[in-house]
Amino acid sequence: MKQLFRYCLILALCAAWPARAALNIEIIGAGANQIPIALVPLAGEPELAKSIRDVVAADLTRSGLFRVVDPAGKTPHEPREVTYSDWIGVDALAIGSVDTQTAGRVTIRFRLLDTAKQVELVGQGISTNSDQSRAAAHRMADLIFEKLTGDPGVFSTRIAYVNRQGKNFRLVVADSDGYGEQTVLSSNEPIMSPAWSPDGSHLAYVSFEHGQAEVVVQSLLTNQRKVVASFRGSNSAPAWSPDGKQLAVVLSRDGGSQIYLIRPDGSGLQRLSFSSLIDTEPSFSPDGQSILFTSDRGGAPQIYRMSISGGNAQRLTFGGGQHFSPRYSPDGKSFVFTHLENGRFHIAVQDFDSGQMQLLTDGGWNKKPSFAPNGKIILFATESDGRGILATVSSDGRIKQKMFPQAGDIREPTWGSLLK
Amino acid sequence: MKKIMISALLTSLLAACASDPVKNSTDAAPVSDGSASSAQSARTAGTQSDPLNDPNSPLAKRSVYYPLDVYVVQDADRPTIAAHANYLAGNPNRAVRVEGNADERGSNEYNLALGQRRADGVKKLLEAGGAKSDQVETISYGEEKPAATGHDESAWAQNRRSDLNYNAR
Repeated sequence: MKQLFRYCLILALCAAWPARAALNIEIIGAGANQIPIALVPLAGEPELAKSIRDVVAADLTRSGLFRVVDPAGKTPHEPREVTYSDWIGVDALAIGSVDTQTAGRVTIRFRLLDTAKQVELVGQGISTNSDQSRAAAHRMADLIFEKLTGDPGVFSTRIAYVNRQGKNFRLVVADSDGYGEQTVLSSNEPIMSPAWSPDGSHLAYVSFEHGQAEVVVQSLLTNQRKVVASFRGSNSAPAWSPDGKQLAVVLSRDGGSQIYLIRPDGSGLQRLSFSSLIDTEPSFSPDGQSILFTSDRGGAPQIYRMSISGGNAQRLTFGGGQHFSPRYSPDGKSFVFTHLENGRFHIAVQDFDSGQMQLLTDGGWNKKPSFAPNGKIILFATESDGRGILATVSSDGRIKQKMFPQAGDIREPTWGSLLK
Repeated sequence: MKKIMISALLTSLLAACASDPVKNSTDAAPVSDGSASSAQSARTAGTQSDPLNDPNSPLAKRSVYYPLDVYVVQDADRPTIAAHANYLAGNPNRAVRVEGNADERGSNEYNLALGQRRADGVKKLLEAGGAKSDQVETISYGEEKPAATGHDESAWAQNRRSDLNYNAR
């Protein structure tokens, strides 16, 4: 059984959603101490019910914390139809129905049952427009995740990335599983380094549309754009402060590439780093007091930490190889980054207390990791058959998922924040 | 057996979802040389034609290349930069944009910074050779506009590069 899971669970979701067939999803790995859960196909229109079940199953599996068990043909939809002795091997059971009676609406009614205590843990109705049934399924997965792990679910959150096709670059926002792509900006010049504002309302990014690299902030509500930093040379690597009132940016205007603070309206420029070499890829700590960054001040790119109030930077990565792209974990206790050794990129995580680096992926073309807002999953860019694609790894490194877009070369993904 | 079936399924899905991997990012939009400024520079230089347009001039070489993680102009390329510096010094109305590039190893942002340092290094040499600061603009494309694609040294070597672009402004 375990070997079977170890090898794979392929969800050919293209088939389930012909109209929005954006991705194939492949999940590999087996976690320890996973919660076994059975998802009984919902009563109602069978194809829709299967699609919803597949989305919920993929979400829960991707977190690394669940083992989705086949209900083996049993189809209870109401608590009174459940024979608990049938469900010895699972800790929890999700049952319910999906209703398409109201035109243009989909309503999921589901219950999560504790099979040991034989009690209902959650009973909830989720209603969406019928073209947003995936959103309803993600919400269902979030509720199950929250109830059984105690941590917030992140499946309803959004991600951003750059999709390059030939000479065209698109800045894209999508659901956390890569579906539902929406193009925020299309350009024939490069786009880099998207960064979500803490409230999810804006994206900061780097655009070359005027020749040089400039930092732009764009509202996702109005699409209004503002060039925040356009000094001579390169303007790049925006990172939002946790309160959303400042951006850390990297400017080459004074020599080298140095870290500055600037307000999202372009005012209040203040220099933070003073190495005159390369200091880049700032990431704010959750308390806003420290910044992680990549610097070549030691001769090769390594990761450092400095206080927002200045003072000496502390080197955090040692040993063989080069290190790039640090991002704080949401709890501030660790950081994720890219480890480059012998020409191969790995995703790695390091605990601040122990200073121990743990490789989360094999070597390959793995770049630009970012944490899900609950810290349980890490999103990154990898490559398959010469194309950039999205991938995730659970924060314990056990469960890995690749997402295959239909077209284009995916770069620079970043996970958005938890929206209330 | 199961594994084989699954990988066969995956392969067919991938094939079904495959797309064009063509990544041609050479920028093919040459801006024509302002004829007014060409005429003016010809007067300044006191020659009939702008040596910039002479394929046998050292000025015809517009790119310099670097080893991995290096941003200092290599000795072999210094005569090229010196020739451009000399040209700019003698043609104060001409301007050049130095565009730094990097290979794809490293992060995108680190490579942007590396390309900028390469371009800024060329600018310093041009100024040392007599060009005025406002004649030389520097930008970086990092790894975003590779001249050659592919994860191998032959591609990378072409992408670790600074270009002197006289048509940008």
